[in-house]
Amino acid sequence: MTVESTAARKPRRSSGTKRPAGAASAAKPAAATAKTHDAEPQLVQLLTPEGERREVADHPDIAEFAPYVADITTEDLRGLYRDMVMTRRFDGEATALQRQGELGLWASLLGQEAAQIGSGRALRDDDYVFPTYREHGVAWCRGVDPTNLLGMFRGVNHGGWDPTTNNFHLYTIVIGSQTLHATGYAMGVAKDGADSAVIAYFGDGASSQGDVAEAFTFSAVYNSPVVFFCQNNQWAISEPTERQMRVPLYQRAQGFGFPGVRVDGNDVLACLAVTRWALERARRGEGPTLVEAFTYRMGAHTTSDDPTKYRRDEETAAWEAKDPILRLKAHLLATGGADEAYFEQLEVESEALGKRVREVVRSMPDPDTMAIFENVYADGHALVDEERAQFAAYIASFEGGE
Amino acid sequence: MAVQKLTIAKALNDSLRKALEEDPKVLIMGEDVGKLGGVFRITDGLQKDFGEERVIDTPLAESGIVGTAIGLALRGYRPVVEIQFDGFVFPAYDQIVTQLAKMHARSLGTIKMPVVIRIPYAGGIGAVEHHSESPETLFAHVPGLKVVSPSNASDAYWMLQQAILSDDPVIFFEPKRRYWDKGEVDVEAIPDALHGARVARTGTDITLAAYGPMVKVCLEAAAAAAEEGKSVEVVDLRSMSPIDFDTLQASVERTRRLVVVHEAPVFLGVGSEIAARITERCFYHLEAPVLRVGGYHAPYPPARLEDEYLPGLDRVLDAVDRSLAY
Ligand SMILES: Cc1ncc(C[n+]2csc(CCOP(=O)(O)OP(=O)(O)O)c2C)c(N)n1
Repeated sequence: MTVESTAARKPRRSSGTKRPAGAASAAKPAAATAKTHDAEPQLVQLLTPEGERREVADHPDIAEFAPYVADITTEDLRGLYRDMVMTRRFDGEATALQRQGELGLWASLLGQEAAQIGSGRALRDDDYVFPTYREHGVAWCRGVDPTNLLGMFRGVNHGGWDPTTNNFHLYTIVIGSQTLHATGYAMGVAKDGADSAVIAYFGDGASSQGDVAEAFTFSAVYNSPVVFFCQNNQWAISEPTERQMRVPLYQRAQGFGFPGVRVDGNDVLACLAVTRWALERARRGEGPTLVEAFTYRMGAHTTSDDPTKYRRDEETAAWEAKDPILRLKAHLLATGGADEAYFEQLEVESEALGKRVREVVRSMPDPDTMAIFENVYADGHALVDEERAQFAAYIASFEGGE
Repeated sequence: MAVQKLTIAKALNDSLRKALEEDPKVLIMGEDVGKLGGVFRITDGLQKDFGEERVIDTPLAESGIVGTAIGLALRGYRPVVEIQFDGFVFPAYDQIVTQLAKMHARSLGTIKMPVVIRIPYAGGIGAVEHHSESPETLFAHVPGLKVVSPSNASDAYWMLQQAILSDDPVIFFEPKRRYWDKGEVDVEAIPDALHGARVARTGTDITLAAYGPMVKVCLEAAAAAAEEGKSVEVVDLRSMSPIDFDTLQASVERTRRLVVVHEAPVFLGVGSEIAARITERCFYHLEAPVLRVGGYHAPYPPARLEDEYLPGLDRVLDAVDRSLAY
């Protein structure tokens, strides 16, 4: 098993024969890339950037995963398409609202729709999701009202939804922390004898954190039903993936004793298939999996970031050609799965979402001042009570006039 | 020209540049400090001029950043570490508290730990959670660490260089909402001692003690109080560990009243220590109990509530009135 030379870390165009990255069994974790003239670690891909389905007959590397989407109908494909379009529209609206001063900050998912929708639609209702701060598409799949995601970015709350309603945990900003929560939750699921699974989202940068390594360790040791879903969008703010690791990310799982797979993160079908595969392993009691969705952050890291300082336009342009939404549209058009009327109707629908988001955000009330003292403790606390009373008296002293 | 008008951000940048120029052992380390120049651009242009070996973009791992800085210090380097935001220092807290702070004592004084940890801290910029915290007490409480915070451009410039020259680990808290405030910096001056407090405004009726972002609020409060005929002295502590109690005591002996102001929660905060010490030292001088103004025993609130949460002019003046009413 050869570990690639460091020269092989840069993404290159893939072509030529490939061995299935994910074909490894639980006992034999994913093999390092077979060294070929083409050094890019292989991606599990079912839909090419041109929108063509790759068939198992021609691509034995996808044999392990293709069956996981064998049941997907044209109608399902349209559904995935709709999810991606709606998510992109929502995201675009939020970016605009930030520019108009309605939101303090926004972390855009532009370019990562397929990774999020593909993995999000692989989940069952009783599965549990631990997101970071960019998982707006996964939230969409979980049925979280998208406007609820905006409260924390507007600065009116630190969350904005009840995680237990949709089994979608609150966004976590401290990088990597939630992978441990996911692992612990999964340990609990296993103890309970349930057959649901847990999925933790994080970025390529996050994989450098000790917490993530510890999550890998715990989940492996306890054989926990958790899927680590890493969206490798190539950048951690200004730092490229090479600043975080020297081997392809998915191969990290190997050292912890569980499989890692790299999937084309701009291929919604492949993301769906690979995540289903990993979730099934978890449900069967085969333990954790690392899925690396190889994708790209098309926008800035957040609205406060300036990517022109550190990345090249050519790179962004190259990724534009792999756009996840255009790819599925091309497929639907080519196969007669949808016609122009369908796309137009979707346009209308997504505009309506944008409008609703705008209206809800603009009318979002500021929190009550006394909310500062609410929910600090579940059982109450004398010091908080004292400070609350002092604060109330202080506020009242203004209302009485001087 | 020796005196320049600089923002705090630029003063820090110039200070780092000077440190890199003067000592080849000085290193800058942190997330995004290279090409991007840090999320606040404090390290802007430094990697371009000093190279990737001196200005090091690290993996996204705070425990790793501080832990390796300790190792580099053991090898004779003087790392200046940037933690991107206050709330992200905690993954490194273990390394700071269990290792960095204790290395000198454990080695019976043979090992020096000249590590500076720069942390943009405190609120007032409308950020999301974990981006506005004031954890200084948690560091000041740890023996072996020194904790400082500049409130103006001149201190930003000089204190950072003094921190880098120190053989002890220094936690250097930068008041992020003041980064764009301008002030005069005399780059040829003889600076105040790193841990000395400074009387920022003289007065006779009451002393306000503050540091970092709250110094400006206290100076504004003093100006407002002056219009009402009250003479308020403002002491900029500059250092939270150690604290220059002599300067503070001298001030309180003159004014006989003290209010301590900080953004961090009041309970068990720096103000609590000051209240206790000044009460011991100045018991017979005091006309009123030492009062504290600061954050509440509650998590830092969402941005839309931070104006209510943070001590502003009104809350400081209210405390001044309460003290004067005794
Ligand atoms: C512990 C911690 N350190 C630093 C940060 C600041 N920060 C926020 S996002 C980010 C980059 C994250 O990159 P990655 O994990 O690749 O995820 P992406 O944002 O690209 O999805 C950094 C450094 C943080 N939120 N938490």
